[in-house]
Amino acid sequence: MTLELRGITKRFGSLIANDSIDFAVADGEIHAILGENGAGKSTLMNIVYGLLAPDEGTISVDGKVVLINSPIDALVAGIGMVHQHFMLIPVFTVAENIVLGHEKTKGPGFLDLVSARKEILRVSAEYNFDIDPDALIEDLPVGLQQRVEIIRALIYDAKVLILDEPTAVLTPQETDELLKNMKKLKDKGTSIVFITHKLREVKEAADKITIIRRGKVVGTALPSSSQEELASLMVGRPVSLDVDKKAPQVGSVTLDVKNLSISDRTGRTLVRNVSFELRAGEVLAVAGVQGNGQTELAEAIVGLQEHVSGSIFFDGKDISNKSVRAALHAGIAFVPESREEDGLIGSFSIEENLILDVHDMSPYAKGPVISQSVVAQEAQKKIAEFDIRTQSAKDPVSSLSGGNKQKVVLARELSRSVNLVVASQPTRGLDVGSIEFVHERIIAERDSGRAVLLFSTELDEVIALADRIAVMYRGEFIAIVPADTSRADLGLLMAGVKP
Amino acid sequence: MKSKKLLLPSLSFLLALFVSGLLVAFTDAQVLALKNNPLSMISKAISTAGNAYWALFRGSIFDPQLAESRFWEGFYPLSETLVAASPLILTGLSVALAFRAGLFNIGAQGQFIAGAIGASWVGFTFELPVVLHAILAILAALLFAGIYGGFVGLLKARTGAHEVIVTIMLNYVAGYFLLWLLGTTAFLRLGRQDPLAPEVRESARLPHLFGPELRANFGFIIALVAAAVIWWLLNRSTWGFRYRAVGANASASRTAGISVARVTTSVMFIAGALAGLGGAVQVLGSEYAMTSGIGGSFGFDAITVALLGRATPVGTVFAALLFGALRAGGLTMQSSTETPLDLVLVIQALVVLFIAAPALVKAIFRLRNVDSSQTIASKGWNG
Repeated sequence: MTLELRGITKRFGSLIANDSIDFAVADGEIHAILGENGAGKSTLMNIVYGLLAPDEGTISVDGKVVLINSPIDALVAGIGMVHQHFMLIPVFTVAENIVLGHEKTKGPGFLDLVSARKEILRVSAEYNFDIDPDALIEDLPVGLQQRVEIIRALIYDAKVLILDEPTAVLTPQETDELLKNMKKLKDKGTSIVFITHKLREVKEAADKITIIRRGKVVGTALPSSSQEELASLMVGRPVSLDVDKKAPQVGSVTLDVKNLSISDRTGRTLVRNVSFELRAGEVLAVAGVQGNGQTELAEAIVGLQEHVSGSIFFDGKDISNKSVRAALHAGIAFVPESREEDGLIGSFSIEENLILDVHDMSPYAKGPVISQSVVAQEAQKKIAEFDIRTQSAKDPVSSLSGGNKQKVVLARELSRSVNLVVASQPTRGLDVGSIEFVHERIIAERDSGRAVLLFSTELDEVIALADRIAVMYRGEFIAIVPADTSRADLGLLMAGVKP
Repeated sequence: MKSKKLLLPSLSFLLALFVSGLLVAFTDAQVLALKNNPLSMISKAISTAGNAYWALFRGSIFDPQLAESRFWEGFYPLSETLVAASPLILTGLSVALAFRAGLFNIGAQGQFIAGAIGASWVGFTFELPVVLHAILAILAALLFAGIYGGFVGLLKARTGAHEVIVTIMLNYVAGYFLLWLLGTTAFLRLGRQDPLAPEVRESARLPHLFGPELRANFGFIIALVAAAVIWWLLNRSTWGFRYRAVGANASASRTAGISVARVTTSVMFIAGALAGLGGAVQVLGSEYAMTSGIGGSFGFDAITVALLGRATPVGTVFAALLFGALRAGGLTMQSSTETPLDLVLVIQALVVLFIAAPALVKAIFRLRNVDSSQTIASKGWNG
């Protein structure tokens, strides 16, 4: 089956998310759509899947124009989609999830799961997917959950399968599995639209690549193009993918964490018995698949977690029972995982966000009074130093792009006198230019003698920045390895396989 | 920018007046009697609604009849508006301040009563010099009501108890406590059996602003000063910065080292104290003696006032003046036309309705680019 988009345009207010996009998938082709966050990839696919209505343009299937107003229409037309965040109900079984919305009944209203189970087993066997229709979704690893989504699409006869950032939540091994399965699907005649911003995967799996930048198609490429070429097309200027860094000048122990365990309100253990030392002038990167306790560990160091046992020594002093404020002002910079939720106050101005942590200290406040003029002056300095692109320091921070938002967070956190930088997913959702900026800044902090604890789920980032790598799996540090450990070994560790 | 901010509340108010006007006109028996003659029915409808609103104006701003002998007496209604508005400004500020810190203070009613009890008790119990007595009575009100509100904040900070539930319940507690108190010997007026507290002494009363014949009193000045203080607190002080930060994004505030628990407790203390100050102004400025009905609906109207004033001190002052005018004018409207006082409640309710549904107002007036996120009423309690 072929899918063809012609002149698709979608506007949100004054923003043009898709600007007359032409795009075609041939029969049995894996076609990658490559673009940065915010380039308009997801908007385009939501239009194809009937979740958004285009302002202009047509969608044709097998040469015939079709009107797609809902996901049901899309399914009928033979288009299936696996979303970045799975649309599965955790407490239901695989079979129940798959019949959801298409329940067949038998007799007076009895749910017919038998035929659904048969179908699942058939598709699972056909592609070697190894899925038990009676397993609960919540018991399955993420990679298998994704297969359930794919099976669902196949059972409803999808001839074109859209995969939206399918590797974002997978370990390297799961990613390899997925890429293999994509090829299997292709060999059996399913066309695949593969949305991603990861160059390596595109080169590995795609037959053809369409690159989108700022809502426009800026070119097509073949997988034989180099990563640099693809990145330049994606960003619109030459990009260097390597981070330049010298050998680390390691100093004394800055952070000493011993037997740290964290549990949540219900008593479930999130982080188990983590111990490590971090020295001045080095970057310790914590790698791992999302949701293995990294968020909690990062928060615990600055005192944001409640149920913590073990000890955290910073510059020789125990800070494990200190308030957040005490930890920050003892000399820790904290870049939280979620900029919008934890890092910034969207409705506050840039100026105000820059003083969140120091609003009641000299020189910003004299007694209980905040000095507006000092706040404005200091904001100008930081805006210049961190190259924050804005019309005015009085603009609400929510009006900034992701990269500029992150620069506001960095400007605030690095302006205190700091010996340790704890950065959680600092480049998540940023464009390539901003990623370069953040990476350079992190290395600059290291080179100026600060200790850096970096949490990242992006293996490329970990490898580029780390002096040592800790791998976190199910709340534990299963290994701390040198920075030159191979990608394959790191992948195994991330999947919980001890060497 | 400034004019845009005023646009939505003003249009909501106009729309409420218009719809209420329709209600007045088309529930009037004389208007309905003309249903076979559309033209005269419409003109009668217009004159009926017009009369009602003219009476509202005469009762709240200026009455030409009263001005005939001495011009300034024509402003008697305006003085009544100020009397009605002063406690509302204070309770409105209470709700508005809590809003800004992300808290929904439904408890201004109970805090108002707590303040009234404090002011009344100091006012009739002690014999003190003139200015000092009033100040002590006010301080008692601030303290009683501050603790009454602060307790809610403390509960929320310590246990997570939702302030909406707790304040609603504490309103009942305050109301029934007052009823019980008025039956005790300490609060029973000599020679009376009905629940009526003794009058506060002359020395504790707030002075009149424009001579003894107009009831407008120093309470209005207190309310304006309180509004100015709250404006300064919110926009210039480190405390207010934290309040606004927690209100806008508690989790980012916590991450930046701000103690959300401390903010919650102190905001509820100040909010309680403001509502209690309203109670003191009512007792010391115009009522002098506490009855079981001293609270009126000051605490509940405060929510509407704060919404209409978009939770800013200046907006709250104007919204409270508007509601004070409606309240004062409603009495005249009822006595001089057939229109019942309840119309005022309808207008108030419609204002809230339209403010809570900005999309509706925007659609009716075909507005674009008015930021509806600025209206608090359309946000959730925890939003």
